[in-house]
Amino acid sequence: MDQVQSNLTSPVLASPARVKEALAGQDYLADDRIAQVVFLAAQLSKPVLVEGPAGVGKTELAKALAAVTDRRLIRLQCYEGLDEAKALYEWNYKKQLLRIQADSDKEWNQLEEDIFAEEFLLARPLLEAIRSPEPVVLLIDEVDRVEIETEALLLEILSDFQVSIPELGTVVASTTPFVVLTSNNTRELSEALKRRCLFLHIAYPDTEREKEILLHRVPGLPEHMAIQIARVVRSIRGMDLKKAPSVSESIDWARTLLALSIEHIDEKVVGETLHVLLKYQTDIDKAAKELGGVSDIQ
Amino acid sequence: MITLLTDFIGELRAAGIPVSMVEAIDAMEAVKLVDIGDRSALKAALGATLVKNARHYQAFDVAFEVFFAHHRNIDRDEQGATGSAGPDGGQSNGQTGSQSEIDDLVEALFRAIMGGDAGALEAAARRAVEELAGIEPGRPVGGTYYLYRTLRRLDLDALQERLLEAALAGLDEDDALDTRLAREEVDAQIARLRQEIQDEIRRRLVADRGRQSVARTLRQPLVEDLDLMHATRTDLADIEDVIEPLTRKLAARLARRRRLLRSGRLDFRKTVRRSLATGGVPMDPAFRKGRPHRPEVFLLCDISGSMATFARFTLQFTYAMATQFSKLRSFVFIDTVDEVTRYFGPGVDFNEALGRIATEAEAVWLDGHSDYGNSLARFEERYGSEITPRTTLIITGDARNNYRPPRAELLDQIAQKARAVYWLNPEPRSYWDSGDSVMGRYSPFCDGTYEVRTLRQLEHFVEHLAVPGHLSGRRQRTAQLKSLDGR
Repeated sequence: MDQVQSNLTSPVLASPARVKEALAGQDYLADDRIAQVVFLAAQLSKPVLVEGPAGVGKTELAKALAAVTDRRLIRLQCYEGLDEAKALYEWNYKKQLLRIQADSDKEWNQLEEDIFAEEFLLARPLLEAIRSPEPVVLLIDEVDRVEIETEALLLEILSDFQVSIPELGTVVASTTPFVVLTSNNTRELSEALKRRCLFLHIAYPDTEREKEILLHRVPGLPEHMAIQIARVVRSIRGMDLKKAPSVSESIDWARTLLALSIEHIDEKVVGETLHVLLKYQTDIDKAAKELGGVSDIQ
Repeated sequence: MITLLTDFIGELRAAGIPVSMVEAIDAMEAVKLVDIGDRSALKAALGATLVKNARHYQAFDVAFEVFFAHHRNIDRDEQGATGSAGPDGGQSNGQTGSQSEIDDLVEALFRAIMGGDAGALEAAARRAVEELAGIEPGRPVGGTYYLYRTLRRLDLDALQERLLEAALAGLDEDDALDTRLAREEVDAQIARLRQEIQDEIRRRLVADRGRQSVARTLRQPLVEDLDLMHATRTDLADIEDVIEPLTRKLAARLARRRRLLRSGRLDFRKTVRRSLATGGVPMDPAFRKGRPHRPEVFLLCDISGSMATFARFTLQFTYAMATQFSKLRSFVFIDTVDEVTRYFGPGVDFNEALGRIATEAEAVWLDGHSDYGNSLARFEERYGSEITPRTTLIITGDARNNYRPPRAELLDQIAQKARAVYWLNPEPRSYWDSGDSVMGRYSPFCDGTYEVRTLRQLEHFVEHLAVPGHLSGRRQRTAQLKSLDGR
């Protein structure tokens, strides 16, 4: 099974421990579960569906994987209205029309061969991933924003790794891409899609792990600050907010505090820098009230 | 191993997690690749292949703990180093645990938590269950009893106080933020301890009674299938958590359905402009977006007695979907009616709004017992003129009228003016018209009467309401009335 071989030959994915180590080398701190699922996906040649709130590191996982396995990252950014022409392939109609007009004296049969040639085929990310001679990592970002009809398009590719182009024939992948799909869970994905993937839910990290992430990503941050930041962010996440702070926002906050040379976090500091963590004014007001108002109750 | 897996998958399906054949096979493939002795690896492998929805994880966790419990030799531990079995021979574990031994245990727990040592915490929790829970083989008692007993004998509150004191020791008293964080940290530690003790009790029960029976007792319905009227306080929080993603997904579905309904008229200018790229040939026609129809909704909720919880969730759900309606006005009633639209609005905290409604809304007139007749009369009097042929009226209530006059003809009058009238009744259909329920008097004038008890049913109803094409037009009212008279 040549296709399976191409995943196994990557030594960094040979065991969960090695996966974790390799990802850490790329500044991506994965917990045990993430490492396990990535390992399984590599061994079973299955795509991984990564779900979770915004900013917890779903897209970063794909980027880190591409870096550790030394593969090219091909990214398909999904949006509502994405169709086959933008995702899979499209014929460059305009160029074809021009060619027909230029060769107006030629026989149709000869012309037909000419205009359905490689140079007129615009390969979009999915086709590119399949046709690539070297193994790639295919990132299908925010697949929940795509309509359910377009999902059907993905199904064929994910299960068989092949595409049929009527004029050129079936294109089969020579190397199996490592596929990562991310979803923000704004809608239910179809059962058929979920069946074909391994499921990985990344939630907000606990304080221990968040501290590690902060120390890794924000060089120069003292440990006591990292612990404090992780605890404050945990506290804020516990509140009933419109949008809880994500990991990327807590990293930004840590950087801000470091840049402002702040040694100790108190309500005043939090109040002044809350806008880095929270992006809705109602949330900021609520958090400021709750964090600052404790002294009244005491 | 295969039998164990098959049983496990059976349990997941019984808990409401859909596991297909393909996924089951994937699970078996995945299990082959992991070291079975490594519990976390096994859990990750099974979770990745069998659970495809984050909300199902809780049920999965419970089932996993039961089916793949630690295979420790329980008997050996009982007679082991703790020496708690004593001459009684391990039967009456609960009788031991004199005060000094308990203090010893609490000290061990305290040190384990302060030191952040997970292994020591687990060991201490195990000891606690062994000595204090009083688990006897064959006793038909639930796990929660043992948990309660263990925690009471440990005096969890005192332990929490001690931990809090220790945490606050080094801190500046006036720093409110630090104090709050310290408190939360202690709460988290105590929660972990509870979880450890609960897991240990579960393991022992499984060893005693077998997997299937324990799993069956621990199985809980998914939040969307909970009966809203009988929701307990703990359920309330879960239900509220689920409403937001549910309404978000519903809104996405409805947006899609609306888009597919009408593609609108041809936009000539755009089409011609696009055709320039293809040499004047209009290969890609453009359409004007049809303006989506959004219904106007008047929501009339019974907030008496048991209906209050149901009304709360209906209001919350409907307001979460407020963007789907062009106008949304809400009213509450018990024996008279009052409009509560002004308490809601963008950015208003729902619980605050509910609180204000409870204190300020005037839904009670005489004695606080339901009077549908009078409520309808007041509603017709005050707001009847504002009902237009574009209005959809939704009434939620159990139609239990305390044997007062139902005044159904008023509903008829209102229904004549409105586009449609729907009734949501949380009681099972078989209970309608029993006792003082006058559902049967009102239903002829309703375009639809629905039994809505769970979030799932509510979601289904709102989905059909918000996108037209499923709404029936005006009914043949005269024909219906004739059949009612029996002529």
